Amino acid sequence: MTSPAGSLLIAQDLRKAYGPTLALDGAGFSIHPGEVVAIMGPSGSGKSTLLHCLAGIVPPDSGSITYNGQELATMSDAQRSALRRSEFGFVFQFGQLVPELTCVENVALPLRLNGTSRKAAEKAALGWMERLEVDNLKDKRPGEVSGGQGQRVAVARALVTGPRVLFADEPTGALDSLNGERVMELLTDAARSTNAAVVLVTHEARVAAYSDREVVVRDGKSRDMERAV
Amino acid sequence: MSIGHTLLGLLESGPRHGYDLKRAFDEKFGHDRPLHYGQVYSTMSRLLKNGLVEVDGIEAGGGPERKRYAITDAGVTDVERWLATPEEPAEYLQSTLYTKVVLALLTHRNAADILDTQRSEHLRSMRILTDRKRKGDLADQLICDHALFHLEADLRWLELTAARLDKLRAEVTK
Amino acid sequence: MGGRFAFAGGREGWVRVLLTAVGVGLGVALLLLTTAIPNALAVRHDRDEARLDYTYDQKHKPKAADTLVISDANSNYHGSDIRGRLVEPEGPRAPLAPGLATYPAPGDMVVSPALKRLLDSADGKLLRDRLPYRVVGTIGEPGLIGSHELAYYAGAKNLTPRIDGWQTARITAFGNPHPSPPDKTDPVLILLILVVFVVLLMPVAVFIAAAVRFGGERRDRRLAALRLVGSDSRMTRRIAAGEALAGSLVGLVFGTVFFLLGRHLAGSVEILGISVFPSYLNPTPALALLVAVTVPAAAVLVTLFAMRGVVIEPLGVVRTAKPSRRRLWWRLLLPLGGLAMLAPMIGQGRSNGEFNQYLVIGGVLLLLVGVTALLPWVVEAVVARLGTGNVAWQLAVRRLQLNSGSAARMVNGIAVAVAGAVALQMLFAGVESDYTKVTGQNVEQTQMQVQNLRGGAFISAAEKFSATKGVRKATALGTLQVGDRSWNSKGAPGTSSSVTVGDCAALREVARLTSCHDGDVFVARGGDRGMDADTAKLARPGRKLYFDTGDGFSKGPDLVWPVPSGLQQVRAIKGPNENVYSGFLMTPAALPHRMTGLVSGQVYLSLDESVPDVHEYVRNTAARIDPLADSIVWAANEQSTKFTSIRTGLLVGATCVLALIGASLLVSQLEQLRERKMLLSALIAFGTRRRTLSLSVLWQTAIPIALGLLLASTVGLTLGAVLLKMVGATVGVDWASVLTMSGIGATVVLVVTLLSLPPLWRLMRPEGLRTE
Repeated sequence: MTSPAGSLLIAQDLRKAYGPTLALDGAGFSIHPGEVVAIMGPSGSGKSTLLHCLAGIVPPDSGSITYNGQELATMSDAQRSALRRSEFGFVFQFGQLVPELTCVENVALPLRLNGTSRKAAEKAALGWMERLEVDNLKDKRPGEVSGGQGQRVAVARALVTGPRVLFADEPTGALDSLNGERVMELLTDAARSTNAAVVLVTHEARVAAYSDREVVVRDGKSRDMERAV
Repeated sequence: MSIGHTLLGLLESGPRHGYDLKRAFDEKFGHDRPLHYGQVYSTMSRLLKNGLVEVDGIEAGGGPERKRYAITDAGVTDVERWLATPEEPAEYLQSTLYTKVVLALLTHRNAADILDTQRSEHLRSMRILTDRKRKGDLADQLICDHALFHLEADLRWLELTAARLDKLRAEVTK
Repeated sequence: MGGRFAFAGGREGWVRVLLTAVGVGLGVALLLLTTAIPNALAVRHDRDEARLDYTYDQKHKPKAADTLVISDANSNYHGSDIRGRLVEPEGPRAPLAPGLATYPAPGDMVVSPALKRLLDSADGKLLRDRLPYRVVGTIGEPGLIGSHELAYYAGAKNLTPRIDGWQTARITAFGNPHPSPPDKTDPVLILLILVVFVVLLMPVAVFIAAAVRFGGERRDRRLAALRLVGSDSRMTRRIAAGEALAGSLVGLVFGTVFFLLGRHLAGSVEILGISVFPSYLNPTPALALLVAVTVPAAAVLVTLFAMRGVVIEPLGVVRTAKPSRRRLWWRLLLPLGGLAMLAPMIGQGRSNGEFNQYLVIGGVLLLLVGVTALLPWVVEAVVARLGTGNVAWQLAVRRLQLNSGSAARMVNGIAVAVAGAVALQMLFAGVESDYTKVTGQNVEQTQMQVQNLRGGAFISAAEKFSATKGVRKATALGTLQVGDRSWNSKGAPGTSSSVTVGDCAALREVARLTSCHDGDVFVARGGDRGMDADTAKLARPGRKLYFDTGDGFSKGPDLVWPVPSGLQQVRAIKGPNENVYSGFLMTPAALPHRMTGLVSGQVYLSLDESVPDVHEYVRNTAARIDPLADSIVWAANEQSTKFTSIRTGLLVGATCVLALIGASLLVSQLEQLRERKMLLSALIAFGTRRRTLSLSVLWQTAIPIALGLLLASTVGLTLGAVLLKMVGATVGVDWASVLTMSGIGATVVLVVTLLSLPPLWRLMRPEGLRTE
């Protein structure tokens, strides 16, 4: 697959096996700044693995991933961690908020990992929580808020570092449709306003409808619908 | 549903008599509404006129017409184009989509591509509706949601079919 | 059913059952040992009584068919006492010592198994020289009071002249003629034993309590699943109790095995110079049964108690309400109550008072239980006030704030063990310094003394000792008494003085002589006042003086010594025995011939103590000269080494308990980490450094343990101080033990953290994010 010029994150010919299971078998991907791309496909098709590879969490067995012209494979684990801390944001389906930290501390966490002082980090965190309409929850612990609220807190946390790419893996998977859509609205609005690219893994069409285009993954192979047509 | 494209597709696997065509159609697509002979002959004569099929031979023995039809190159191209073009998302689309998928399987084309293309088309509609919903008032939102849910139902059917393509292929080509 | 669940829980279930069983097993073994100890001590006492060769307080018996002449020939080898006896049966019905079949012939000996081992080993080479007898058999168990006792009976000839009523005697029976109830053991020793067991048992109890709760959350979830398929809450409780019961039943088996091992091991251990035979350690059946019933019952009760705040619903586990804030007052009541129980006994140890055992146990228990009660409060109170530092610290502190109880529970065992161990170490250190007496011996001149050398042999002994390896100088001096009238007359002696016999070189050590030839007699003056005056009265040339010729039992015949005319007056100086004596000094040639055999000789030795085994060489030489000679090592302090071994033992015991608790800490740590697998992966995804997470795990363990150690040290020192006051010893803080115990505690934390890192890193792998 050829990658159009101006892409922020480009992956080509990714292969990744977990034991005997081939999760990715020559998958490709590209995304522009400010673009929202949905990765769709049936369960077990390799969508999540593709996201993990793109985000530098899992190194692929072969293939190349370049972010901003830089090949991820040449970076050390620490460098990739640093990249994830400063350039990427993450929202997962569940299990991502630290239960013992308050919501505002959770949101401030990525900034603090980057060395921002506690005060500054929590101030910035509160700003994002306002935008996601959860600032009233700041002193609550994740166990005390609803699923939708928790997911908004997670979105705020993903956006607090001003990431250039936001990775969302089934961000509404555990929510009802109303909450899910609200989260998607807030997420895409926030991402657009900061010109962040969003890689959105979902199996739900109504969530995918918030994207600009979709990439279908099937049996470890990807198909970019817009460019293929 | 386009009977012409369907019959053309059926001919792609080899020349058939009109009688055979009707029986193949009924067997694969016409579970509840079998074709009349008249429909077959009128469709075939239209296709003949458009140069998409040709008469391969006539069997002796009189009786009702026993012409054997074969698809032309122009006919193959026509089927190709038809399969590749996603249907306008609309209600009661399934029978057309189903026909397309089965034909693709019969003619050894990539049925998954058809489904993907269709999904993409559905998503395009859904994006437009979603966008309208985001900008609109509550009434807009409710109306758009109605449409969205229907489209979503279609999409779910697409996903389900995609997941069962292998099984379907085994069934229609047996 | 619970039992089946306990074992069917997969690898984790097994680990949990195993840990519970080990904990319960240790507790059971310790309890069984405790119940066996009084029995063991009683058996020991009986054995010891039965073999007494009571040499005091007996009339001079005539030789008969049922008499035995027996002589103490105790010795010491490399710091271990050797019980030695020379025996000479005088007739066919001579009493037979316990453990012996027949008496060895002269020149033969029967030895205890431990002595046999020692003699056979390379280590015993020097001792073989000292005991030149042929080993013809071993002393049976009834004749010994410990598996490690070094003892021998050697056949001898011609002991009769040595009968003196204390070292050598003629006896007709073994055993105490006045059987005594067991000695009232030193109350301090009783206190030590009580506290040792309480201190060792408490952490084990805490550990058991923690062990039966291992994997509690997972179990609760499993129980919830059972509720879903229709078991009611009473049934789930029964199942949970069954699980605990299963673990503790396995623990009982373990405990029996541990006890048997320990019993066996007890045969090879020597503490305070006391060893026992495994057969001594038989717990009273009733007590053993009590242990076998109580421990599993306690395990079940703890489980039910722990489930008290948990409601298991079909769809999950509900913890009843938010736990209320911990209150301080009743927690403080426990240690204060303990102190109150101990307070009345302060100072009773030295005045030979008795400690009320129940009060001691109760007081120590309450103090230690107080630690477990106070710790959760302390952890909660401190953690709530901890500021936020970096992310790792914040994660750890927040976690502790949210659930300080479970953290405190894990540390409780360590805290109790440390508190108890610190108190005991302090008690031992205090008592030890008390037991270390200043002997008043100045060890600069003389480092060893050999006494009880009979007859003129002692003069030639000096030469033999001088030729012994490591001896710098040997000074042989004999002593006799002279009086102004016959020792057989009434009121004798009226005025008496001592006669010191030695060659010129030896006499120069006790007085300033200007000239000296063999045959000279001197009068030394300038000693302490009374003797000086008496000596002056007697030292008149021509005066008839009477030598003391008695042997301890009976007076001897009169022996008159006219004071010679050529008496030289000399000045007494500080002699090798550190005293300044007035009295007569005699060179050997001046000694009346008949007196030669009656001189009691002493040899003072100046040694090069850098020569290894120098003491053993001296003892060997002494034994060669006279098997009944008594060698004494002089020391500025009579260092009692006996507590060193017990303290080492305590340290080892505490370390084992801590290691065990560390293991349980690790298990719960891993369980907790596994539960957070998804979260950990998510944290890694958004770029958290491994170091940060590892550090947070470290803090999470280290903070409660640091608090626990602090509290434990405080309570331990308090308890130690109170115990020291109770025995009337000087209170001094034994910082070394505080540091050691805290160090061990800290090591446990570090090791637990280190061991949980590899699984942590494995869990942090991005695969944890996969949910499909």
